Amino acid sequence: MLSLIVVFPLVGFLVNGLWYALFQMSKNQRPVRAVFPGIIATAAMAASFVTSLAAWLELSGMDPHHRVIELVCFEWMKVGKFSLDFALRLDPLSALFLLVITGVGTLIHMYSIGYMADDETPGKYFAYLNLFCFAMLVLVLGASLPVLFLGWEGVGLCSYLLIGYWYADEEKATAGKKAFIVNRIGDLGFLLGMFLIFSTFGTLDFVQLKSAVLSVGTPFPAALVPTVTAIALFLFVGCAGKSAQIPLYVWLPDAMAGPTPVSALIHAATMVTSGVYLISRLNFIYSLAPDALAVVAWVGAATALFAATMAVVQTDIKKVLAYSTVSQLGYMFLGCGVAAYDAGVFHVITHAFFKALLFLGAGSVIYGMHHEQDILKMGGLRAKMPVTFKVFAVGWLAICGVAPLSGFFSKDEILWKAWSSPHGSAALWAVGAVTAVLTAFYMTRLFSLTFLGEHRQGNHGHDHAHGSHDSAHGHSHEVHESPWVMTGPLIVLAVLSAVGGWIGIPHLSWLEHWLEPVLGDHGHPVSTSSAWVEWALMAVSFSGALLGIYFGLRLYRNLKAAEALKARFSGLHKLLTHKWYVDEGYDMVFVTPIVQLSKALWKYFDVAVIDRFVNGLGRVSYWTGSSLRGMQTGSIQVYAWIFLAGLILSSGYLIFGTHLLGVIHGIR
Amino acid sequence: MGFDKALSALVFFPLAWGILGLFLPEKKHAWIKGWALLGAMAALVGSIYLYLQYDGGSAAEYQFTEAWTWIPAMGVRYLVGLDGISLWLVLLTTFFTPVVVLGSFNAVEKRFKEYYFLLLALETGMLGAFVSLDIFLFYLFWEAMLIPMYFLIGIWGGKERVYAATKFFLYTMVGSLLMLVAIFYLAVQHKTQFGEVSTALSDLVRVKLDGQGWWSTQSVLFLAFALAFSIKVPLFPFHTWLPDAHVQAPTAGSVILASILLKMGGYGLLRFAFPLFPQAVHQYQGIFLALGATAIVYGACVAMIQPDIKKLVAYSSVSHMGYVIVGLFSLNSLAVHGSVYQMLNHGISTGGLFLLVGMIYERRHTREITEYGGITKAVPLFAIAFLIITLSSVALPGTNGFIGEFLILLGTWQTAPWIAAISGLGVILGAVYMLWMFQRVMYGPIKHEENKNLKDLGFREVVVLLPLLFLVFFMGIKPGFFFQKMTPSIDRLMARVATSEPAAQTKEISQNGKRDQRPAS
Repeated sequence: MLSLIVVFPLVGFLVNGLWYALFQMSKNQRPVRAVFPGIIATAAMAASFVTSLAAWLELSGMDPHHRVIELVCFEWMKVGKFSLDFALRLDPLSALFLLVITGVGTLIHMYSIGYMADDETPGKYFAYLNLFCFAMLVLVLGASLPVLFLGWEGVGLCSYLLIGYWYADEEKATAGKKAFIVNRIGDLGFLLGMFLIFSTFGTLDFVQLKSAVLSVGTPFPAALVPTVTAIALFLFVGCAGKSAQIPLYVWLPDAMAGPTPVSALIHAATMVTSGVYLISRLNFIYSLAPDALAVVAWVGAATALFAATMAVVQTDIKKVLAYSTVSQLGYMFLGCGVAAYDAGVFHVITHAFFKALLFLGAGSVIYGMHHEQDILKMGGLRAKMPVTFKVFAVGWLAICGVAPLSGFFSKDEILWKAWSSPHGSAALWAVGAVTAVLTAFYMTRLFSLTFLGEHRQGNHGHDHAHGSHDSAHGHSHEVHESPWVMTGPLIVLAVLSAVGGWIGIPHLSWLEHWLEPVLGDHGHPVSTSSAWVEWALMAVSFSGALLGIYFGLRLYRNLKAAEALKARFSGLHKLLTHKWYVDEGYDMVFVTPIVQLSKALWKYFDVAVIDRFVNGLGRVSYWTGSSLRGMQTGSIQVYAWIFLAGLILSSGYLIFGTHLLGVIHGIR
Repeated sequence: MGFDKALSALVFFPLAWGILGLFLPEKKHAWIKGWALLGAMAALVGSIYLYLQYDGGSAAEYQFTEAWTWIPAMGVRYLVGLDGISLWLVLLTTFFTPVVVLGSFNAVEKRFKEYYFLLLALETGMLGAFVSLDIFLFYLFWEAMLIPMYFLIGIWGGKERVYAATKFFLYTMVGSLLMLVAIFYLAVQHKTQFGEVSTALSDLVRVKLDGQGWWSTQSVLFLAFALAFSIKVPLFPFHTWLPDAHVQAPTAGSVILASILLKMGGYGLLRFAFPLFPQAVHQYQGIFLALGATAIVYGACVAMIQPDIKKLVAYSSVSHMGYVIVGLFSLNSLAVHGSVYQMLNHGISTGGLFLLVGMIYERRHTREITEYGGITKAVPLFAIAFLIITLSSVALPGTNGFIGEFLILLGTWQTAPWIAAISGLGVILGAVYMLWMFQRVMYGPIKHEENKNLKDLGFREVVVLLPLLFLVFFMGIKPGFFFQKMTPSIDRLMARVATSEPAAQTKEISQNGKRDQRPAS
């Protein structure tokens, strides 16, 4: 059954990929309509989802503490005593991710059929999308670090291919490359963490690793804590790359160059949460390394706040959502960093629902506005796109943290744990709470500028060339509501965003219970505060959300108010729109020096030093033997001469060699 | 086990076939090409036969062995045989020869007969070097290989072909002279210790040599061998012949050079230098690890800024072969497995890159990156093949490249974590130079009018590339298939090197980082 879950998308990829490569690619071919490859890909995902559901049911029928289904597919690497199987393992944690990936994945595949209707190469698009899901499923099902890493880099590859999907646009291709390279920096951390695990515990399999770690002894020997901390930090570098945390977050905003459903699937709902998955999977290591946990928590908190500040000034609808994703991922790491792994995972799930909804909603707007992404040119879409408006409103309130929508519960859980966990502190809570206010503020700004007020785009306003995909829809340039194939998934996601949080209602949490066999007791710090503190904090964060919404609505009730605000804080505004100049800083500190150094190495070392030395040696030999001039003509004589020289030298050595060696020894 | 001269038959068959081919009529180009392809395919079939006959579970060190007295005065014998390491390199050679023969059908425009004759002669030279068990015999094949390669570059190469060919020739030639001296010294030592001259590897490993210190007999002899092999690898800083040779060589030359000739360096270290001078290997372990790691980073950096695609790929070879050196000198079984695997990988991925560059060069007659851009739209099939080989080159998991790099780094981490960490930078830099190049060639808008109507891959080109693309994935998913017959031989070698480790010299290793702390597990 496990194999079927991953095989379905793989088959979808192969069918669409081969069909595309063999029949759709030649130049004279009439482009294939998106429906056919779209249905193949969606069906593959739906089948995978149904199988996942079945697997989940089987799992819940088992004894809670032995909920594991394992499948060894084949022997991957066997080198002497080192042996590594390609094995998949389903447990409560991976089962949750599985359902999110295949569930949300199916919806996004379906949505893509509408969104990519005018695309020139839908076969390629859907093949990539299926390949991504395959890799993502391998990532969460992998029973050992290397198998997980296969998925980890696989999703990175698909992300690269899909960000640069409209490759004819230089900027988009560059964004894809940037994503891959920044991720590779993280992956080096991942690899080193993996090596250190292997040299310390002698295994890379999660179950064996857990028992190896636990069998080291209680209490855990202090001498080994630095090693475990190093492991945790190395792996966290990998997480920072994949999940876009400081200092490696820079690729995610650029990744918005990809098609919008890709942003929803890869850059919001699934791939970017892999880091959270990895930390939760290795919670037994992180919990032994409090220093590493503190780093995770503070990086998460800082990223949450920092990204939120940049989201406030973005005018591209997708960019706002991108920074919001970075910020929300920071929340998840804040949760993990205070050892509340289940809170982190909870937020992964609710975020997958509402952020996928927001992205797809934004996609619907972009589609309806004929590839316009600037929120300053939108406004008043409430009337023109009623369905999109309603579902987007649900997503907006959910991310703002308005009860009883999903975002409220997961965010509140993280904030509560940030306060109450032995690894937490009031400072961490405060950063999280401020971020929550900011989140409500910038999301309200986005919502208001897009859907409320007056419509700002005249009927002429379609001058925004968008590369190869911008073949107009063929009909009028009127703003229009999207077809059912797109609104359908939106409605489902809206329902999930509304009620999805109920699996984790405090003190009644089904989720916590479900994850307990994997996340164990680490997620249950003894509560140091009494119940009224919990209620008070909840009230504070809820009113914070309302405050953010209030100011958002007030300050961005129309464009004029927004412009006035911008003028008042022009300095800050400039700093924020330039994203704190981080990209420029990286260019100055890393990229340019490395390129310059490489050029210098080549010109002044490779060519000027080594080669000159070698050519010099060659010249010396020209002088010493004039007969060697034949070399320049490239005739066979050359070899004859050299061979002869070698022969003389060697036979000479044969006779005098022992003496010569003696001389060398004498010198020594 | 087949007839007892199977191995010699395989080695000399291509040369004989090539000589016969010289009698074909000059004008009949199709006959000449067909003849060469047929011969190369026959050699491939022969080597597959040997592979099937090779007994992975056998206790014998070598199989298909043959021994003939040859130059008794010098103790030289014709000694050949296969073990689990050379077996794969022989297969790599016989695999690539038909690939480049078929790949050259359109590239070569003059002196057809000589060209294909040289390719086949080269195959004999390479096969001979891989199966020799007598060092002098090895040396002869090693030198003999240079001649056809010299002419391939010098006659069918680019503008600077004579300079490049001579540089290649002299570099290797001069570099191996010291090795020849060392071989004779060993032979004489054998006579002093055992009463007769011999150059057989199995005899020479018994010769006792003083191995203490940086300039002991063993160390000096090791350096003589290591110089020759390092140049071939090529190991930083002996790599500067490579970019010139690659850029000037015709496609087939570049492919053979990258896929097979470079492997001779790593193979020579493993086959001869390691068992002959185990103490010296430990003595110089740190230095070679450092050089290997430097090569990885340096090669990658310099590759990054090359304006010429072929030069970029050439420098990427320096980086990739740096991994081989790091893995070998880590003296860790996992990493040595990884190194041997990396040699095969590098053959597939870099050979594939050179083939692809050659194909695009045949169409546009330029290798400047700036002359391309956005050609994915014009040549989608080419783009797919190029992408897959690129991913193999950046060692994406699931492709062959990953297995090699992963095992090398994992194994090296156990002996020298710092070296592994520095070498790991290659993981990042590899992605930088390959993807940047890929983007500048394949993505973006089409900038040059000429590129709009480039012809996509034809049937013959697809046939050339398909086996490589298949191997990229097969080697990435089923490495056990290759390791199975490799492991006994590597274990034997490792045991030979390990038993000679003098206790006093572990200090050397610890300079590269702490030895692994392995608590309870």
